[in-house]
Amino acid sequence: MSFQLICFYAFAAITVGAALAVIAVRNPVHAALCLVLTFFSTACTWLLADAEFLAIMLVLVYVGAVMVLFLFVVMMLNLDLDPLREGFVRALPVGLAVAVVMLVEMLALIGVRTLQVAPPADPAVTAHLSNVRWLATALFSNYMLPFEVAALILTVAIVAAIPLVLRRRSDVRLQDPARQVRVQARDRLRIVKMAAVKAAAKPESTTP
Amino acid sequence: MITLAHFLTLGAILFCIAVAGIFINRKNVIVLLMAIELMLLAVNTNFIAFSRFLGNPAGEVFVFFILTVAAAESAIGLAIFVVLFRNRATINVTEIDSMQG
Repeated sequence: MSFQLICFYAFAAITVGAALAVIAVRNPVHAALCLVLTFFSTACTWLLADAEFLAIMLVLVYVGAVMVLFLFVVMMLNLDLDPLREGFVRALPVGLAVAVVMLVEMLALIGVRTLQVAPPADPAVTAHLSNVRWLATALFSNYMLPFEVAALILTVAIVAAIPLVLRRRSDVRLQDPARQVRVQARDRLRIVKMAAVKAAAKPESTTP
Repeated sequence: MITLAHFLTLGAILFCIAVAGIFINRKNVIVLLMAIELMLLAVNTNFIAFSRFLGNPAGEVFVFFILTVAAAESAIGLAIFVVLFRNRATINVTEIDSMQG
């Protein structure tokens, strides 16, 4: 058993254990933290598959951004946990049965016994490229249009998510910058024409 | 020596754990979203394993796109939860039945 295989088994065991904890623990904050551990150890197994760029991406994007968003929302919502756990024990046997049957079917379908193939040489290394360059060569040549569409999807997501949670409260007095910009001088100021100097009073006519 | 079967088995186990999580956490929408993230992770593991063992970069490119879409999905999903909690003060799935579907 090589050192790589020992590492793979260790990371896979941590991944499976943390994934089980995600669906089993009571507190959503703990579930999110277990999901962070799952992502991290999965990134380690991706490193063993020579996918260095995507492993780092998983840690940066998921652990760094998405899971922080999860934790932020879970902590902000102030959940009442007890009603959410109703039916947990009742659904447990059904869920376990479905999962085990699915697992057996999947392992039979993919033919675990027949797939004991040795990995070929790393295609990036045989092309004398780093993994990032190997991936980028494909991404920016054959997959240029999907790459741009992915950027568009992210823009659509941010445009959709921000107005969803934006709330305009009516019970507070706020500035309206649009009205402030639109205002004209004549709405605020009235210019009255008047003589700069008061006309001198006429001298009274002297009586003869 | 790590074979293709190792990665596929890991992916299958992760996927089945996520399916079980959807069954037993039917009330809690946040854990449901986490189970969906686990499923995507299992699929990504399969994609990376096949990409490595077939020597084809298409699999890794696809994982890149799946990560993008999953990030967008979880951002919009969490925004919907925040709006839902603000309006109903609950995220219990059984109480979200105002459309009587």
